[in-house]
Amino acid sequence: MEKTDVSSQVLTQLAVKIMLVIAALCLGALAPSTWAADDRDDAGARAAFLKAYPVFMHPRCLNCHPAGDAPLQGDDSLPHAQNVQRGPEGRGRYALKCANCHQAANLPGENLPPGNPKWHMPPPGMRMVFQGKSPGDLCKQLKDPAQNGGMTLEELIDHVSHDKLVLWGWDPGNGRSKPPSHVEFVDHLRTWVKKGAACPE
Amino acid sequence: MSGIFNLSRRKFCQAGMLAGGGLILGFYLPGLDRAAAAAPPIEGTFAPNAFLKIGTDDLVTVIVNHSEMGQGVYTALPMLVAEELDADWSKVRFEAAPVDPVYNHALWGMQATGGSTSTWTEYERLRQAGATARAMLIAAAAAAWKVAPSSLRAEQGQVVHTASGRRLTYGQLAEKAAGLAPPKNVKLKDPKNFKLIGKPAKRLDTPEKVNGQGVYGLDVKVSGLLTALIARPPVFGGKVKSFDAEKAKAVPGVRQVVQIDRGIAVVAEGFWAAKRGREALGIVWDEGPQAGLDSRKQREQFAELAAQPGAVAKQKGDADAALAGAAKKIEAIYELPYLAHAPMEPLNCVADVRGGSCEIWVGTQFQTGDRDTAVEITGLKPGQVKLHTMLLGGGFGRRAVPDSHFVREAVQVSKAVKAPVKVVWTREDDIRGGYYRPVVYHAIAAGLDGAGHPVTWRHRIVCQSFTVDTPFEGAMMEHGVDASAVEGARGLPYEIPNLLVDWKRAPGAVPCLWWRSVGHSHNAFVVESFFDEVARAAGKDPYEFRRALLKNHPRHKRALELAAQKAGWGKPLPPGMGRGLAVHESFKSFVAQVAEVSVSKEGKIRVHRVVCAIDCGPVVNPDTIAAQMESGIVFGLSAALYGEITFANGRVQQRNFHDYPVLRINEMPVVEVHIVSSKDAMGGVGETGVPPIAPAVANAIFAATGRRIRRLPIRGEDLKKV
Amino acid sequence: MIKLKVNRKEYTVDINPETPLLWVLRENLGLTGTKFGCGMALCGACTVHLDGEAVRSCVTPVARAEGKEITTIEGLSLDSGHPLQQAWIAEDVPQCGYCMSGQIMSAAVLLRENPRPADADIDAAMAGNICRCGAYQRIRRAIHLAARIQGQGGGR
Repeated sequence: MEKTDVSSQVLTQLAVKIMLVIAALCLGALAPSTWAADDRDDAGARAAFLKAYPVFMHPRCLNCHPAGDAPLQGDDSLPHAQNVQRGPEGRGRYALKCANCHQAANLPGENLPPGNPKWHMPPPGMRMVFQGKSPGDLCKQLKDPAQNGGMTLEELIDHVSHDKLVLWGWDPGNGRSKPPSHVEFVDHLRTWVKKGAACPE
Repeated sequence: MSGIFNLSRRKFCQAGMLAGGGLILGFYLPGLDRAAAAAPPIEGTFAPNAFLKIGTDDLVTVIVNHSEMGQGVYTALPMLVAEELDADWSKVRFEAAPVDPVYNHALWGMQATGGSTSTWTEYERLRQAGATARAMLIAAAAAAWKVAPSSLRAEQGQVVHTASGRRLTYGQLAEKAAGLAPPKNVKLKDPKNFKLIGKPAKRLDTPEKVNGQGVYGLDVKVSGLLTALIARPPVFGGKVKSFDAEKAKAVPGVRQVVQIDRGIAVVAEGFWAAKRGREALGIVWDEGPQAGLDSRKQREQFAELAAQPGAVAKQKGDADAALAGAAKKIEAIYELPYLAHAPMEPLNCVADVRGGSCEIWVGTQFQTGDRDTAVEITGLKPGQVKLHTMLLGGGFGRRAVPDSHFVREAVQVSKAVKAPVKVVWTREDDIRGGYYRPVVYHAIAAGLDGAGHPVTWRHRIVCQSFTVDTPFEGAMMEHGVDASAVEGARGLPYEIPNLLVDWKRAPGAVPCLWWRSVGHSHNAFVVESFFDEVARAAGKDPYEFRRALLKNHPRHKRALELAAQKAGWGKPLPPGMGRGLAVHESFKSFVAQVAEVSVSKEGKIRVHRVVCAIDCGPVVNPDTIAAQMESGIVFGLSAALYGEITFANGRVQQRNFHDYPVLRINEMPVVEVHIVSSKDAMGGVGETGVPPIAPAVANAIFAATGRRIRRLPIRGEDLKKV
Repeated sequence: MIKLKVNRKEYTVDINPETPLLWVLRENLGLTGTKFGCGMALCGACTVHLDGEAVRSCVTPVARAEGKEITTIEGLSLDSGHPLQQAWIAEDVPQCGYCMSGQIMSAAVLLRENPRPADADIDAAMAGNICRCGAYQRIRRAIHLAARIQGQGGGR
């Protein structure tokens, strides 16, 4: 099946890239043994992905990964009130660029604009939609370098582990709800990758 | 008979009006009501109503006694003067009047702006002022040239000797004219000779509103000015139990903490310090009797009140008996929430109380009340209180406050700290600060006979009164009925033989106020929506049904017909779209609107187009009329789609534009305004665009979806397709 | 001490660095053309340019503005000659006028980045600026007019 082919292809690429990553970036966290292909367990991978899935669907994560071209806001994920648009670079448009209000840090006070130095949405060329995606579709999208910004799976793990904007989800500022545990989220994704990164149906 | 006084010859020191010299004209006209006419002016204490200044620099300054809050009075009122004066419009300027009985509203005996009355109440007397000045300028030129006044004409700010072509500008004639006695009876122009009135004029206040130079109350600069924020009770009627002034004073920049009637004032070097200081106060409140106020419970309470008869506002025939005997009965409950005005400029006031003087700078719609409040607090004489009316960053009624509370606060704080103080309201203070359009519960019924003709109409309105116990009570209460509660309902224009409109007064623990179009803001929604229900029940087209029953109301009918015709009433619309209409009289004007609306399957409402027709009688500035209709439509749409103040545990649940949203540009419909050519009595335009929009939209939603909206704001989730 | 460059002039202010830029402009520098409307970046009345971007000064700690070019309505043009100001006058856009500084500052970014904006661009640029008087239709018209004035080199 094509799916399997893609997975194995990805895994083959992984082996090469892992060496490069270790050499170039000295990333000790991801030991080569973690990625051994003989750990493959499709059912286990799917189960792990399903455990991580609610985080992607949490408003703190989903709101900037909408199906349309407007960011969402609030726990009810309504379109951003000021008709804010994704814009050509995922940074808003004209007088409504994200960083005009969303600054380097969360502003203190309820409902004031949260902030992060990297505050943005996926650009139009790499939309990385979460909203409305089934676990299977989301999984495929995350794994597809053409859709995920050319990331390998370990880069993906690194991204969700360390990216400051991802981490903002767990430090969203006054009164905002947080997604389930970040540590467990990363663990689930690691397990998913370790077991071969199969996608749920 | 008008009494016109040449003030250039008098000692008159208000607002530095004598600076620059020239002709200054004050004049008195008997008030348009009996009360004012009964109190003729006495020499020395006389009360002229408006002023005009012509400088040696050719500038014509009209001192405007109505507050500019966007409605265009700083242009429309000078136009009245300039028309009769034959002034050069490019030389016309405006100036806000100081507080003084001479500037009282022609009807109300106090200086105030509201009720969409500014233009029509000044239409005669400001033209009279212009015509008088023109006659004096001509007389001055006649004396200078030793010719007969009849040989002269005035044009474009000059007096011209027709035979010789000699000319003198008004500026050149001003000093001479200042020495003359005003003529007694000047003739006003035949409207067909108007050069300015009736044609679009550029607003005089636009230039200062596009470069940041216009000075609103919040922009006032005074040497040594301090800024105060006030902590007010979180529950209306609450009181301070205890607070920690030291903690607030520990915030850098905080100077003083003072308790006043309405709360605790934190006085600081600037806004931010005052805000941080206020947050540090740690106030413990006695929440008082309203601590349990809850909008859901209140709704049940109002429903119970609606089952009891109210005070009769209008009665014709026997509405109940006719209903009992009707072939078809239609009954409905309509509900509307509290609404905040939310003007763009949050409330504010600068007061400087020192020694024997009190100076106030404020964007206000009620100068007399504000001044009297300062007199009461300071013990000064009225003449010792100087009040400067600044530009208002929106009013909508919120700045016409019978208790002058936002001026009271500033005067009390300034008096306590002995320094000029600017009291600033945050947006949260504004949204949670009360003085709302009241919450209203309507029980309404109609009956049709066998042929589908309406035979009876019974309308009960349950809401509080906000005029009882205020200086406006006398004007508003009629036979135990608060006119502001029933206006727009008691004057049902449709020919129905049996009619009963009554008002059941509800408890009024929440401070309420006139909100742009006042009672019309809810009554028009109910009457025009329910009339649509009746038309549908009768199986009739809502437009034709209205027309047929408006035969004795030609102005309603003309506006309705014009709007329907321009909107293409009856022409097919794309699927998913509906057209709705409403017509309503308010503030002596007649406005019809047709709205085109679509509703998505997610329940998202989009108002695409609104066609508006207005008959306001003679037109002064048609562009302002169009602007006011656009404005009223947006204001009414914001309320219809989003506006709602609710209570839980005694507290207002909204606080800023994220949970009290208003229309934004991406939601703006195309608005077309058509003015009915009319020689009928002049009416107002500031509020009259608001009432018809909610019912027009609700009726359009019915046309699009078959769902009847009986509760505002319209809830998109109720319109989702399941 | 914080150094600010506002409308091409240098200022030094002794202020708590968390203070929103809005209040420093209005109270310390006397530039009251920039307005307070909500304090939460919801209404746009306080919009100024920070290195050319339309920031909401009510939520911008003054420290963020240090070392950047700040432009307020007072510095947009020398004599109200910006194409937007000309167009605003031509269309008689303002009613109460309170929101207009913010509207114009937002529109200025739009016109710089898109000299011929379509209605959708105007919606994308201007929906952060509330006008309670409802002048939106005229704002739209005036932006289109300003684009034409700018296109003909008519700005000052």
